[in-house]
Amino acid sequence: MREEIILDVKDLHVKVEQREILKGLNLRLERGKIYALMGPNGAGKSTLAYAIMGHPRFMASKGSIVFKGEDITELSPSERARRGIFLAFQYPIEIPGITLFNFLRMISNIRDNKNISPIEFSKLLKAKLKLLNLDEDFIRRYLNEGFSGGEKKKSEILQMAIINPELVILDEIDSGLDIDAIKVVSDMIKTIFNENMTILMITHYQRLLDYIKPDSILVIVDGRIVASGGYELIGVIEKEGYNSLEKKKEYERV
Amino acid sequence: MKEYRYGFRDPEKYVIKLDKGLSRKTVEEISWLKMEPEWMRKFRLNAYEVFLKKKLPNWGPDLSDLNFDDIVYYIKPSEKKSTSWEEVPEYIKNTFERLGIPEAERKFLAGVSAQYESEMVYHKLKENWEKKGVIFVDTDTAVREYPDLVKEYIGTVVPPSDNKFSALNSAVWSGGSFIYVPEGVSVEIPLQAYFRINSQNMGQFERTLIIAEPGSYVHYIEGCTAPIYSTYSLHSAVVEIIVKRGARVRYTTVQNWSYNVYNLVTKRAVAYDDAVVEWIDGNLGSKVTMKYPSVYMYGKGAKAELLSIAYAGKGQHQDVGGKVIHLAPYTSSRIISKSISKDGGRNSYRGLVYVDPYATEANISVRCDALILDRYSRSDTYPTMRVKNSNVSVSHEASISKIDEEQIFYLESRGLDRDEANALIVRGFIEPISKELPLEYAIELNRLIRLQIKGDIG
Repeated sequence: MREEIILDVKDLHVKVEQREILKGLNLRLERGKIYALMGPNGAGKSTLAYAIMGHPRFMASKGSIVFKGEDITELSPSERARRGIFLAFQYPIEIPGITLFNFLRMISNIRDNKNISPIEFSKLLKAKLKLLNLDEDFIRRYLNEGFSGGEKKKSEILQMAIINPELVILDEIDSGLDIDAIKVVSDMIKTIFNENMTILMITHYQRLLDYIKPDSILVIVDGRIVASGGYELIGVIEKEGYNSLEKKKEYERV
Repeated sequence: MKEYRYGFRDPEKYVIKLDKGLSRKTVEEISWLKMEPEWMRKFRLNAYEVFLKKKLPNWGPDLSDLNFDDIVYYIKPSEKKSTSWEEVPEYIKNTFERLGIPEAERKFLAGVSAQYESEMVYHKLKENWEKKGVIFVDTDTAVREYPDLVKEYIGTVVPPSDNKFSALNSAVWSGGSFIYVPEGVSVEIPLQAYFRINSQNMGQFERTLIIAEPGSYVHYIEGCTAPIYSTYSLHSAVVEIIVKRGARVRYTTVQNWSYNVYNLVTKRAVAYDDAVVEWIDGNLGSKVTMKYPSVYMYGKGAKAELLSIAYAGKGQHQDVGGKVIHLAPYTSSRIISKSISKDGGRNSYRGLVYVDPYATEANISVRCDALILDRYSRSDTYPTMRVKNSNVSVSHEASISKIDEEQIFYLESRGLDRDEANALIVRGFIEPISKELPLEYAIELNRLIRLQIKGDIG
């Protein structure tokens, strides 16, 4: 099968409150692959996630984001979502008064551009819940309200399962989870993953990679991707730290 | 008969329409046209005298544009009352069609009573209730067919002298619902009435009276919508509810008046021992709404619940709230008020909690939440607490919030556009109250609010 570039980020600059966080970042992701994005605190991992999703405070000051061959740099978050991009939040937002069930039906309708009846959707959802080993009581609760850290992440993955996006950004899906919960959430993600989907998972910890094996590891330091490669990069990071990769990069550039 | 104008012009097809303005003669004429007994004629005329003496409230919203001489006080759309859908005139049917009423009828299979202009034109009551002795008629019919009941209770909860608008209503009232539930009878399916103003400068003054005998239960629902006109209309209803020992009455209103309507309503219930009164009130539309559903707890262990939602958009002032009057021991009340302000709209919560020295161990909780969608809009609270017994539990919480940009972004990242995201957050905000509504009303309310947020309504 021909390799398809699903996301092409070119020379992306993003300023947050006058400070440049992404400094000419380049990134190409292929369809059907899983990428891990690693890097030190403040390197711009979450900024990149927001910038791809189109958060108004993280708009590109320079450069472009091309998704499935279309320049989406100026599109709103919802337009990007409707084209197939999904961001699983590090800190999912609470929406009181809206049940997870109703919300899932709403986003499913948006995704499929139709109006599926609650009964029909209920059947569909039950199958998904079973597949993901989730409790049915879960969906009767208000969206993320009073959810534990683990429940919030499960809510994100359930939304992802309903939307079945083409590009998924997992922003520290492992943060705040104990080892058992990481396994559960990882299993859910692996169940949903398919050859039409690309995953970019942002993480601080190598632990997540034990559960979800990426095809490629990307390293971001100071607003740029400084290295990409296979598992050998993990050894380098463990031994020498992220900055060694950046220095190496600078060295290569010279 | 010179005063009547026979209007056959579509869409205003009226059989009888009085000229504008209010005088002693107008009041007499209304009573004459309705062929009322002498006691009702006197009730009206006394109320008219009170109306002349009473002043407009010197607090609350601006009513200075209200001109009592520029209002038609009585319109009778058709001579005959209909009891089946087939008999309802076609043009009225079309209006109902637009409002989705036949659907509601199909769904509820219940006594549906619809008011078009001032008179009931469509009325139906399920036979089994009639067998149980439940009365559900328009109040005009009640005056003719159940005069003793009407005479005994009308004006006892809201006397004409209560305020200028209760006096006005008492003088010129027309239509409204009369419900009588005998002792121990539970009406399982809600009774519904639709009210609608469809004429320029047309006042609508329905009078609703509900009597729940000991141990009975009834849920009454009224929904209102009105088309938009360029000059001001007045809607001034009076609702009186008598809830006897151990009975429960729930009264649900969803109103969506057009933006030129003054909606000035007096709603009050009295609750005897262990009685329960629930007011559920959704206020959209209108130019000005003043409405403070009240419960006077006369009996030990009586309970009151007041749930309200108000939406104020451009040029609108919703001055709503509630009053709970604790006059007996072990009474309890709960008020939850939610308001949404947008495009310069203004919401005011105006509430009274009164606890009599005799009302020991009363329990009161008041919660007011305001959501303000932009910086041009406004929300105020005017809570009054008069607690004269120290052995009571009172809690009052109030919050004012704005929609968080991060909430919007989160929802947008799932494919909702900005308006949809705003509407969804508002829907969640009112959910504690909308979940108390029958499903189709909750859906309708959510739909109306979504349209308001999106600005689809002119």
